[in-house]
Amino acid sequence: MDQKKKRNDRFINSVIRITGYSSILFVLLILFFLLREGLPALASTPLKTLLSVRWYPIEGYFGIIPLILGSILVTVVATLIALPFGIGAAVYLSEVAPPWIRDILKPIIEILAGIPSVVLGFIGILVFVPFIRKFLDIPTGLTAFTGAVLLGLISIPTIVSVAEDALNTVPNSYRQASLALGATRWQTIWDVTLPAAKSGVLTAVMLGIGRSMGETMAVMMVTGNAATMPVRLNSLFTPIRTMTATIASEMGEVAAGSQHYQVLFLIGIVLFLLSLVINIFASLASTKSRQRSERLLS
Amino acid sequence: MTTAPKYRKEKTAEKIGFMGLRLITLLTVIPILGLVAYILIKGAPAMSWEFITASPSNGMREGGILPAIVGTIYLTIGTAIFSVPLGVMAGIYLSEYAKESTLTRLIRIAIINLAGIPSVVYGLFGLGLFVVFLKFGTSILSASLTLSIMTLPTIISTTEEALRSVPNSFRVVSTSLGASKWQTVRRVVLPQALPGIITGVILGLERAAGETAPILFTGATFFLPMLPQSPLDATMALPYHIFVISTQIPGMPISIQYGTVLVLLIFVLGMNLIATLIRSRARAKRQW
Amino acid sequence: MNEFVIKNLSLRYSDDNESLKNISLEIESKAITVLFGPAGGGKSTFLRVLNRLNDLADVKEMKGEVLFQGQNILDPKMDVIELRRKIGMVFSRPVPLPLSIYDNVAYGLVMAGEKNKHKLDHAVEQALRQSFLWEEVNDRLKDSAYSLSGGQQQRVCLARVLALEPDVIMLDEPTSALDPIATSNIEEMLGELKHQYTIIIAPHNVQQAVRVADYAAFFLMGELVEFGTGKEIFHTPKDKRTSDYITGRYG
Repeated sequence: MDQKKKRNDRFINSVIRITGYSSILFVLLILFFLLREGLPALASTPLKTLLSVRWYPIEGYFGIIPLILGSILVTVVATLIALPFGIGAAVYLSEVAPPWIRDILKPIIEILAGIPSVVLGFIGILVFVPFIRKFLDIPTGLTAFTGAVLLGLISIPTIVSVAEDALNTVPNSYRQASLALGATRWQTIWDVTLPAAKSGVLTAVMLGIGRSMGETMAVMMVTGNAATMPVRLNSLFTPIRTMTATIASEMGEVAAGSQHYQVLFLIGIVLFLLSLVINIFASLASTKSRQRSERLLS
Repeated sequence: MTTAPKYRKEKTAEKIGFMGLRLITLLTVIPILGLVAYILIKGAPAMSWEFITASPSNGMREGGILPAIVGTIYLTIGTAIFSVPLGVMAGIYLSEYAKESTLTRLIRIAIINLAGIPSVVYGLFGLGLFVVFLKFGTSILSASLTLSIMTLPTIISTTEEALRSVPNSFRVVSTSLGASKWQTVRRVVLPQALPGIITGVILGLERAAGETAPILFTGATFFLPMLPQSPLDATMALPYHIFVISTQIPGMPISIQYGTVLVLLIFVLGMNLIATLIRSRARAKRQW
Repeated sequence: MNEFVIKNLSLRYSDDNESLKNISLEIESKAITVLFGPAGGGKSTFLRVLNRLNDLADVKEMKGEVLFQGQNILDPKMDVIELRRKIGMVFSRPVPLPLSIYDNVAYGLVMAGEKNKHKLDHAVEQALRQSFLWEEVNDRLKDSAYSLSGGQQQRVCLARVLALEPDVIMLDEPTSALDPIATSNIEEMLGELKHQYTIIIAPHNVQQAVRVADYAAFFLMGELVEFGTGKEIFHTPKDKRTSDYITGRYG
């Protein structure tokens, strides 16, 4: 009886071990298939074309620069919008709000995290776009700015929850020491607690950026999808195209294996690598904070 | 007494600062509530028994949205079938079996990366692997597999966290009584972590149910003559349906659009609510 | 007759903590051997070597030989699961498993594969009687073990071990979390149990050590300073460090 149980145990242990390695397998698999379908684009399309500033596939223009810039513009503005609200709310919930308010507001913010992006895009089109058009008196409300506001809203829950966690992890003794020296709670927050949670907050911001950059549906529905080069000052208030929206809107209409198809996959590779970089930075930031506090507390 | 005026200034600064923080938080929270309320109000008129149980007619402009609801349910179940066993076991591995090493660090980096990959890139991957290479075609199968890999990191992380929150003394005691590692996990640790794991699974599935980009080229279709008969059929789905009727169908009645959105919202937020309830009930019932 | 023969046992954790330095010792069977000394001396580590519970921790290296009933238990081929059934352990804080009282006591047997309900019922009752708990809980065996008082919980932990009918019972500061009455109950029980089992106990104070010891070993900073019968160690210790500790010069 014991022997059979031991064999059973060994079997289960191996199965569990294999599933443990599965995440590495999937990352490699994803990378592999992206490369498989996307690298041929480098062969079929001269680099000069890819790096040009015109994206008009029907006529053979595959310049991805406007798309990359479009993504960057929307992401940057979205982050700038989301930061004050995200960090402000995180600070409020962690340092100022009484527990009962926290218990009400935190779930509400988490509701936002659960709202599908297509729903936000939907409201964006029907409500926000006309509003922007009227409010700013511009020809169309489908602009980079509209997209940025929506994206900012989407990334706020990520920033709030990670930053709030980071602030909660700061030992209470820090706050008490500061107060004991005569500082107000306000001063303590900005001079002691927030700096102590610096790497956690940084992680939160990076994750928020990652979220914004990877967002597809909401941006696609409100940014107008015109692959223009966002180089003028008022580019923010004109239609624009992101990398994600490009893939989503054009993939359905390309023939498998065609040049257009391959370039779309190439854009996918760019997105994959960008998110890899952002996530490695984010995890480096949080590891550093953990190691430092481990050093301090040992 | 000489420090008093300075202290008053600091106190005022604090009052203003706190009010500013309150305002910012309010400005964050109000749009969220407003959004949900708005959808509720504008979608309610379309809600009826017929809306949920009938199929669309007249080019989607009339009738119900049953196929989309059914499709989303199928996709959610499909995602669960692939991602839950794999994700929970991987979480068990990380929490109970793995020793800190380069390999485990790589695994963790891989998980973080899977979590950060844009949803549309998952769609491309699903297209490349499941639809084209494995020849599953545009189907519930392809879409579910794609969604399940996307959901995997969430389930792995929440499982690991739930397991780690079980006190280590239980493991030590169980081992000292002659139980093997798997016995300890199965009899003591896992049951205690179960509510946390279930919460994580529901939250992961909730996200999968609302996603559009991964199913765009792997399984979603706008028009189906009848409900999907097998996993190799394509299917309608609520998120995709919302996308199409709000951007590509002229003359689409506004009430149907809002109604569809409301249904998806109820589906998704309902799962959220269930997960939260499970979590708080488990916390209250905890004996340790 | 020797239950354990320990030869030159040394152990180091990966953070170089609580190591054992060249311990050599013999543990008499069916008697109470007491390990005492200030905190950090290595007593807990030593106990956890005897039932290989150290496998759960980060041990960097372990040298020497530990013979239990003639077999070296440090041998990698040793069946540690079977070993742990023969050498039971009671910990310093009562740790009931999140199960009913019955399931707690029956746990070891169920893990070993015992499925016969009658055998389990019988074993549970025996064990609870031996730990003087049967009268108090026999009508609520299905209740959660957490519904009991601290002293009762610790007796459940003891019953849990007894149900496996081990050869050795080890107790690591078993009464440190208990009130004086519960403490003396446990000590009385040990006096009874030593006729059937080999008992090794690491009490949390010297007074308890003096009360129960047949044999005593003084551990200081990972070293075994002195070992002998209870009378020898406590009345006529040979090493000055031992006598200083016993008389409270340091602690």
